[in-house]
Amino acid sequence: FPKQTFSLCCKPFRCRSLPARRKYMRSPLVPEMATQEVQLNETLSHLKTESDTLKTKLEEERAKLHDVELHQVAEKVDGLGQFVMKTRRTLKGHGNKVLCMDWCKDKRRIVSSSQDGKVIVWDAFTTNKEHAVTMPCTWVMACAYAPSGCAVACGGLDNKCSVYPLSLDKNENLAAKKKSVAMHTNYLSACSFTNSDMQILTSSGDGTCALWDVESGQLLQSFHGHAADVLCLDLAPSETGNTFVSGGCDKKANVWDMRSGQCIQSFETHESDINSVRYYPSGDAFASGSDDATCRLYDLRADREVAIYSKESIIFGVSSVDFSLSGRLLFGGYNDYTINVWDVLKGTRVSILFGHENRVSTLRVSPDGTAFCSGSWDHTLRTWA
Amino acid sequence: MTINTLAKGGWDREQMACFRKMEKVIVAMQDPDMGMKMRNQRLLITVIPHAMTGVLGELLLWCLTEAVHLSGMLVRYGYIYPLKEPRSLVLRPDESPYRFQTPYFWTSTRWPASELDYAIYLAKKNIRKQGELMEYEKERYSLLHKRINHTWDFVVMQAREQLRASKQRRKADRIVLECQEQAYWLINRPPLTLCAFCLCLQIETCRRALGRNRVKSSICLEGFVKYSEQYQNHDPIMQGCLPSNPWISDDTAHWTMSSEIVPTPTRLRVERWSFSFMELLKDIMGMREFMLYLEKEFSAENLCFWQACEDIRHGESSRILEKVEDIYKNFLAPGAARWVNIDSKTMDKTLQGLRHPHRFVMDDAQMHIYFLMKKDSYPRYLKSDLYKNMLAKAIVPQETKKSVFPFMRRQRHSSPSPAQAVIQVTEEDGHAKGAGRAGTNSAAGSHV
Repeated sequence: FPKQTFSLCCKPFRCRSLPARRKYMRSPLVPEMATQEVQLNETLSHLKTESDTLKTKLEEERAKLHDVELHQVAEKVDGLGQFVMKTRRTLKGHGNKVLCMDWCKDKRRIVSSSQDGKVIVWDAFTTNKEHAVTMPCTWVMACAYAPSGCAVACGGLDNKCSVYPLSLDKNENLAAKKKSVAMHTNYLSACSFTNSDMQILTSSGDGTCALWDVESGQLLQSFHGHAADVLCLDLAPSETGNTFVSGGCDKKANVWDMRSGQCIQSFETHESDINSVRYYPSGDAFASGSDDATCRLYDLRADREVAIYSKESIIFGVSSVDFSLSGRLLFGGYNDYTINVWDVLKGTRVSILFGHENRVSTLRVSPDGTAFCSGSWDHTLRTWA
Repeated sequence: MTINTLAKGGWDREQMACFRKMEKVIVAMQDPDMGMKMRNQRLLITVIPHAMTGVLGELLLWCLTEAVHLSGMLVRYGYIYPLKEPRSLVLRPDESPYRFQTPYFWTSTRWPASELDYAIYLAKKNIRKQGELMEYEKERYSLLHKRINHTWDFVVMQAREQLRASKQRRKADRIVLECQEQAYWLINRPPLTLCAFCLCLQIETCRRALGRNRVKSSICLEGFVKYSEQYQNHDPIMQGCLPSNPWISDDTAHWTMSSEIVPTPTRLRVERWSFSFMELLKDIMGMREFMLYLEKEFSAENLCFWQACEDIRHGESSRILEKVEDIYKNFLAPGAARWVNIDSKTMDKTLQGLRHPHRFVMDDAQMHIYFLMKKDSYPRYLKSDLYKNMLAKAIVPQETKKSVFPFMRRQRHSSPSPAQAVIQVTEEDGHAKGAGRAGTNSAAGSHV
């Protein structure tokens, strides 16, 4: 079993940062400050009891329609046989921990970002580096490939999300054409283009998510509801394409309506920070990976958690999750340097993949499902198939 | 300093400001409740209303009350604090000692007070003397402990450091500093109202969630089983892919055969179009085939309308207006060339929305047409000859046999970058294409 070096500060800037847009409601000073205090505390405890009562009621309602467990329904499904997946490509070139990666729609190119501020675009098939940008900040925690393949977005401790158009002129400095799109008041934890190059969805340590217009840099919609840092997000592959899910340090996974900015559904069953959320391919459910060493599946129509993927022997947190194309397999990158492959329907672990020499920080399945790529703190990325 | 320093009447602007302040005081003096006493006074034989006697005395009295009020405020807001009973921020008319608050702790210089600092202060107090915290301070302490639990080590460490540093000072200085800090936090402790905001949002979400329609678990979970079954053959990691997985065999034939536009698509791909309407529309070739079919049925305008609406939803903000106008001209206006058949209610709502067009103004109409195509044209397309022929002539690639010499590795060829493809197009067209090409616009100067 690999030796652990416990570092306290794995997530930078975890200090409780308060959302900037909300000004403090400064309590007016009156001579009887004691009564003011009492009034405030009464209102707060009223709100707290109301919130708790509603939550219990909601759980009761959700439980009423829960007539069967997933593994029971899956009994009639064939089990999966021997599972062999190997590292097919190792991408070496980052000088420090790889924090995030994303696939291009052409199924072979990827963009990856690391702690030293470098963002590299690779052709993962040939392992050639095609573009490299040095960001002015360290800890680039988020990066995304534009649907057209012509630009990448990235951000991190600079609290911004910037879009870099990819130029093929070797002499051109990519950083010169950089465009700042998103501005948050704390670190950027995740970003994703929506269906086109024109809009970006971001999540931040300031507790909010936001939708931005790339062209003008304008804020189109902001999403408030998380009580702590938001760490991850994923867009729904639905017909109407209007929702996304986010997970945060408040252990909640929220589903949002992009048009109105409202939180449509909320799930709070994890016992620790949610590091990664990913939609099931049909869009009817999503999986989450958390520091509590479990992955969970939440069904949106049943409005509840329907499966937990965990084992007594797995004690390290999950940093990222993704589904295979059919949704039958769930890949999870863990902080104990391994990747666990789960059978989504039966709830059992199918395989465990070794190879990385430090914690796995990011994991994405390729757009056509032929392989998946994992990035790690050991400075490398590996493509598995 | 402005050129025109003289206000009306020839007085200086600065002087005018003073006059205004004096006038405010005069108005306050005449306040019926708190102002100076005025009575009817006899002047010789005439009775003059609202006159005052003993003016000096009255004025002094009035000013004195104001002064007491002002000094009370100074203490209440912490600019002057008592040394003997530091919690009671009241001005006593006795000999108890007071001190001026250092400017470092003035409210205006240190606003807003952060929760972290308050937590450090409370932690210091707790460490210094167990049980010294007041009731409300204990409550705040536990609340903060829950809220910023992840930095609690930092808080305790800071508190210990500050205590250690203060031990090195002289006792007098230490007491002064403690009093100063205490007075500051009495006034400026962070309010709990921020927490209230989060709670309100939570309550709202819960209420909305309670009103949801839920589906039975058995139905939902059955859906997963069906989906996985349907897509199993299409999942390369589960079933492999033909002719071979490029990552394993280094042969990119699979990608070449499945690229966006090919003369003959693969069988798996054409099969996938029958899984759902969304699968058909997601695939460019599928959408093209569907368009051909609709043209035969004389309902192609539906798909064109849907595409135009998608363009608005995901396109540049700056072109929304012109695109909305185009759509109205081509699809919605009475007698339009490609008029789409929407029910009257949706049409009315859309036309009203067109007065103030925004990104989502076409949403209702778009959904109506989408579901129309899904329920009507799509099933008929799947039964049509067009689709059946496509399926028949679709190719099933041969599985590449494993190489005889396994140690010989194939040459891994690079592919043209998507970015390159765009540049070629822009050179041909002479101008950047519309939605979907962020940053290739050569007018980059304004954007950085």
